[in-house]
Amino acid sequence: MPEDTQGALRADLAPVKLARPGRRVAAVAVALVAAGFVYTVFANPNFQWGVVSRYLFNKDILAGVRLTIELTVSAMAIGVSLGLITALMRLSDNPLLSGAAAVYTIAFRGTPALVQLIFWYNLAALFPRITIGIPFFGPEWFSVNANAIITPTVAANLGLGLCEGAYMAEIVRAGIMSVDPGQREAGVALGLTRAQTMWRVILPQALRVIVPPTGNQIIGMLKLSSLASVISVTELLSAAGLIYTRTFETIPLLIVASLWYIALTGVLSLGQRVIERRLGRSVAETGTPGRGWARWRAGSAETAGAADTAGPD
Amino acid sequence: MDPMIEVHGLHKRFGSVEVLKGIDLDVAPGQVVCVIGPSGSGKSTLLRCINHLERPDAGYVRVGGRFVGYRRVHDRLHEANERELCKARASIGMVFQRFNLFQNMTVLDNVTLAPRLARKLGVAHAERKALALLGLVGLAGKKDRYPNRLSGGEQQRVAIARALAMEPSVMLFDEATSALDPELVGEVLDVMRTLARDGMTMVVVTHEIGFAREVADEVVFMDRGVVAERGPPAQVLQSPRAARTREFLGRLL
Repeated sequence: MPEDTQGALRADLAPVKLARPGRRVAAVAVALVAAGFVYTVFANPNFQWGVVSRYLFNKDILAGVRLTIELTVSAMAIGVSLGLITALMRLSDNPLLSGAAAVYTIAFRGTPALVQLIFWYNLAALFPRITIGIPFFGPEWFSVNANAIITPTVAANLGLGLCEGAYMAEIVRAGIMSVDPGQREAGVALGLTRAQTMWRVILPQALRVIVPPTGNQIIGMLKLSSLASVISVTELLSAAGLIYTRTFETIPLLIVASLWYIALTGVLSLGQRVIERRLGRSVAETGTPGRGWARWRAGSAETAGAADTAGPD
Repeated sequence: MDPMIEVHGLHKRFGSVEVLKGIDLDVAPGQVVCVIGPSGSGKSTLLRCINHLERPDAGYVRVGGRFVGYRRVHDRLHEANERELCKARASIGMVFQRFNLFQNMTVLDNVTLAPRLARKLGVAHAERKALALLGLVGLAGKKDRYPNRLSGGEQQRVAIARALAMEPSVMLFDEATSALDPELVGEVLDVMRTLARDGMTMVVVTHEIGFAREVADEVVFMDRGVVAERGPPAQVLQSPRAARTREFLGRLL
């Protein structure tokens, strides 16, 4: 269609927006469904919001929240440490070390976390006594009854931590491999040891790649820790379960647990966003010295750096 | 005079490709040797063998009379442990084509890291020395910058200062200007020229024939893993004897 080239054109006005009827219909449909959902949630008496509010800050529920947080923190601590060790082993030149790391990763990433939890919980069936020492030749340092030390909490930490370690190993490995090999060469060429180069040069740079997925893993672990309910650890989900098996208020108590999970993951997501923004800023176009990731680490370089940029080059 | 760098019978292969086929090279203290040659001729590998970034398959390197990466026990060479290797490398400065500044550190930290960790210098001492070196390469004002905020030429000058901070007895330059924009090459060559004038022993792998002609005491032409020709720059660059050298130089002009 030929465009009208006659007469005055009001180019100073904003162009008229294109009508998008399909999008409008979709928006109305979504709004309807959402309104219906909200109405149902509050109108349906079976949700028992009164019960929900009664139990939200119940002493047993709060104890469960606390245990869930503790379990998440300790399992992640185990997971991150194991992951770091495994990743370093995996990158070793020694085939036995890298092989052992690969086997660990395959075994623990390849089996369901639930299976691992139950397995550790029943460790005593496999090894009635647990002996620490050097296999075959060495002295035995100590030996204990497995049932005595593998409590449900220990089993949960072992299960979740070992499982997490396998995932973290891959994350750390990817982070280390993302760092330019020239960085390592520059470090050792200066006479630094391989360990010094790893800790001072490679790992700090690998963190940029490691931290974001680790945030995801923590959020995942928070929810994964609910699996510990099957081996009678009274974390958040079991705490709710213990109440509803007694009162039969199943749905409202599951809502109580869910609200807590959402609140906790919300806090974690927020923290993750803050950290990622700081990580991202050091590579941003406008990045100036002493900003971003480095400022987050060093803090003190900030003012000097900012002053430096402000001046003319 | 004993050579500062002694390369003896160096062989290196990567898989089925023999990159170095028996290289011998002596560099006297204070001498500047420029290594030229087509890409793939083994120049960089030779340089990387000198500080043992590549482990030679046969032959050895001695710097300042000490084996690099090896230890002599009776009539055999034994692999050196990490401490010995680090000590040897600490006295060999290396400058890379891609600068390889530590991206997670400021310019100042880049220069002070190795003296603090490997030479156990105190922070104040290391920083004083670093600032003097940064002044030497004209970058004292940028000490708090991060590498990605510097131009290529500035990064390479910081890299040179970083290597000098270890007070090396020799400096290796691996195509130090090849990754630079043409207008930034000069500032890096100026620093290298100053170093050469001040008596630093240098092995410079380069494509800058002009620099070689002006600064080198000896030019080594490598081709397909062997030293094809060597001699004073006037001879090798102006009236090369080997046909391969003539061909290579002809293609450059």
